[in-house]
Amino acid sequence: MSMRKVAVVGAGMTKFVRRAQETAKELTWHATRMALESCEMTLDDIEAVCLGTAPDSFDGVHMKAEYLSDGAGAWGKPFMRSYVGGGTGVFTPIQGWYHVASGLFDAVLVVCEEKMSSYYPHAQAAFLTIFDHTTERPLKPNLLWIFAMEMNRYMHTYGLSKEDIARVAVKNKRNAADHPCALLGDANITVEDILNSEVLAWPVNRLDVSPVTDGAVALVLAAEHVAKRITDKPVWIQGVGWNLDTAYWTNRDLAYPRYVEYAARMAYEMAGIKEPRKEIHIVEPYDPFDYKECHHLEGLLLADRGQAPQLVADGVTLRDGNMPVCPSGGLLGVGNPIAAAGLMKVAELFWQLRGEAGARQVPGQPKRGLAQAWGDLMQVGTVIILGTNP
Amino acid sequence: MTSKFKQFPGTPLSEADFQEGKILFRHDEMKGDFAWDTGIAIGSYLAALKEGFLLGGYCQTCRKTVIPPRTVCEWCFRPMDSYVRLEDTGTVNTFSLCYVTWDVKRIEEPELPAVIEIDGASPLHGIMHKLGEVDPQDIHIGMRVKAVWKPPEERDGAITDILYFKPIQEGES
Repeated sequence: MSMRKVAVVGAGMTKFVRRAQETAKELTWHATRMALESCEMTLDDIEAVCLGTAPDSFDGVHMKAEYLSDGAGAWGKPFMRSYVGGGTGVFTPIQGWYHVASGLFDAVLVVCEEKMSSYYPHAQAAFLTIFDHTTERPLKPNLLWIFAMEMNRYMHTYGLSKEDIARVAVKNKRNAADHPCALLGDANITVEDILNSEVLAWPVNRLDVSPVTDGAVALVLAAEHVAKRITDKPVWIQGVGWNLDTAYWTNRDLAYPRYVEYAARMAYEMAGIKEPRKEIHIVEPYDPFDYKECHHLEGLLLADRGQAPQLVADGVTLRDGNMPVCPSGGLLGVGNPIAAAGLMKVAELFWQLRGEAGARQVPGQPKRGLAQAWGDLMQVGTVIILGTNP
Repeated sequence: MTSKFKQFPGTPLSEADFQEGKILFRHDEMKGDFAWDTGIAIGSYLAALKEGFLLGGYCQTCRKTVIPPRTVCEWCFRPMDSYVRLEDTGTVNTFSLCYVTWDVKRIEEPELPAVIEIDGASPLHGIMHKLGEVDPQDIHIGMRVKAVWKPPEERDGAITDILYFKPIQEGES
């Protein structure tokens, strides 16, 4: 394939908060404006806008992307929304990448926004329509069921304990204490705090899961000849991958996310990565639940099956470990405004690889990072690999 | 970049700001009514439930038996038009003890959702349903269970024609 090189040249984000006074449009504008200012560009330099946002039902607004479009600077430009559930935050920069890689555009905005707090009484109910209307919804399911059951199957398959899993939440919430936008950073949280939090849907306790959050994140992508004029430190998109598993989620192995593996293999091949465990220096896997970080590390082939919790226990995944995982603090620590949370992970790689992550900086001048998100009915994997070399 | 930014936008609010009227907001409800057609495969599945049995689909090319039945095989994309009658027994693949409702109200007695691998379907092929007539603490992955049906006259061709699955006691089939 003949594709142009694409770099991330700017990034911006709002605070992640349980409930923002700003509207969805206002949050979107703040993140977009920051991203442009960060690379000293204006909207006139932008040729197209890619927007990611999760279900319309959160906002009770039909065609939410069009509703948000003024905040994203989309007026008068080619504009497209992508939506693959929780995978959206990493899929939207992939969409931005092919807008530029194809040669169609030289500079593109990638914007992801979520305002989950508007939904009453709780945003969880906005997800009920993901269940099959005829064969599942009459059972009055709630969203926690499927994740609790997947977590249980994962723990059972590999003989893992709640404590093994809870260490992920501790690590991420501690990491988030260094993130200026974090909702749930806590430098002193312990495994006992996680295990003693309220049981929502066993084996999921309240601190095993990320909270309802409002927030927005934006990136600026540019083709090579533009990126080199804008910054001395472009961060290159080296590989992308995405993959969908069956919608019949009760007809497959819940202990292993094969769709994440397929997405990762696609991205590794594009990036020329043969040994991901040696060649990926920072990992930002999707962690809306603590077990998901382990599940995803295994799907990404960065841990043997059932062995990711051991890496966590051994400190390998700490910010100063051999393979830092979620140095941002992840969704468990920074917060989980669905689409914005995924893009936050890509922004974190951008800052980390430029050495601009402040107190969160991973030591040793990391050269390559991977971000991944997951969504739809536990069935989609989206992967992006960023690096300091084109 | 984050280290260069000193201020981040976003103004946090609390629930109290709403309750105490410190900010303006608009509250509204939206109504949605639907009647979903069942289609060919699920229509057959529901008709079977009304008769008191579980129906699967079989792909002759992939030799897979799936539940619920469907009109196309995901693996080979050929029509999946043979139906097979399955047992109403199975094995708990996974489960949860859920202490919150769909709108996140707390409940004392947990709901007991489970994925149940249905006997006669291919390995790891099951349905989501609930467990009953069981102490939540006794539920385990691998537990053998059997459907408890509504009386025939009360069935209306819905997944709820099965009330729940209960453990198979030793000696029962």
